[in-house]
Amino acid sequence: MIDFISKLFNKDSSSKDVARERLRLVLIHDRSTVSPELISALKTDLIEVIQQYMDIDVESLIVNLENEDDTMALIANIPVRSLKRAVNI
Amino acid sequence: MNGKVLVITSGKGGVGKTTTTANLGTALAMLDKKVVLVDTDIGLRNLDVVMGLENRIVFDIVDVVNDGCRLKQALIKDKRFDSLCLLPAAQTKDKTAVTPHQMRNLTNELRQEFDYILVDCPAGIEQGFKNAIAGADSAIVVATPEVSSVRDADRIVGLLEAAGLRDAQLIINRIRPKMVKKGDMMDIEDIIDILAIELLGVVPEDESIVISTNRGEPVVMGNGSLAGEAYRRIARRVTGEKITMYTLEDNDNIMTRFIRMLKLAR
Repeated sequence: MIDFISKLFNKDSSSKDVARERLRLVLIHDRSTVSPELISALKTDLIEVIQQYMDIDVESLIVNLENEDDTMALIANIPVRSLKRAVNI
Repeated sequence: MNGKVLVITSGKGGVGKTTTTANLGTALAMLDKKVVLVDTDIGLRNLDVVMGLENRIVFDIVDVVNDGCRLKQALIKDKRFDSLCLLPAAQTKDKTAVTPHQMRNLTNELRQEFDYILVDCPAGIEQGFKNAIAGADSAIVVATPEVSSVRDADRIVGLLEAAGLRDAQLIINRIRPKMVKKGDMMDIEDIIDILAIELLGVVPEDESIVISTNRGEPVVMGNGSLAGEAYRRIARRVTGEKITMYTLEDNDNIMTRFIRMLKLAR
């Protein structure tokens, strides 16, 4: 009975909305976990592209996916040794 | 002939992969298509009992890929439809008894003989899953309107994409219109929004499934059940027919809407 009344006055708390919200949160987490292989492949490609434009320190290059609340960011720290004078485009 | 290989998968167990394979296959055979159902759940075979063909098994998929018999010897003809066959899983081996390479060869051989090759995938994401998807052209993901099932479906969609199967389609199974209406079950829109894949069909919860599985007769064979009608419509959609999808948006009772749409489709 209490259930029924609370439902009547608070339509937002229907169990379907709870399910949807829980699912949304759990998927943000699930989808953000990427395999190390993916990151390593991304790193290789990044290095290749950036080296066309500048000389970078490949050894100390860092690439990471970082999560904050429900947003995700690709953080890369790429030390540059020098810029190339001529660009091959 | 150049048949199409469809893998029916879900990640989570018990959501209706085998029931979907049996009914979709039978419904396609009823549309005069040549169909073979391949059970890849090695060690836990079940498609044979759902189809009512468990007493006819002599050879199985492991015998075929290890050259223990010819493909033709292992294929079991359905007792009701001449154009329908089953290739059963082995019950005594485990999932490593078949490799993805062998699966690709097997499905390519089946392509020559059949219009549709439906591969029933085991639950999980390990070797059995990798085998089942190896030879597939596209995937059908089955999910029920529950958090756990949709979550696993999302994982599966990701793994399918990584394997090059980017056009996976979704079947939402066992939906209960009354509960959706009360706000106690996620509706079609919620699930599609979250998974962001194309909807192939919706199958309502239906006691007829239990009864037909008891008898070993796919529910699509009988008239009058909602689930059977839903599977028949999905089969027509698989063949490329444009059949309208119903939504739960309208205020109108979903059951009456569903029944009305079925009548329209006839």
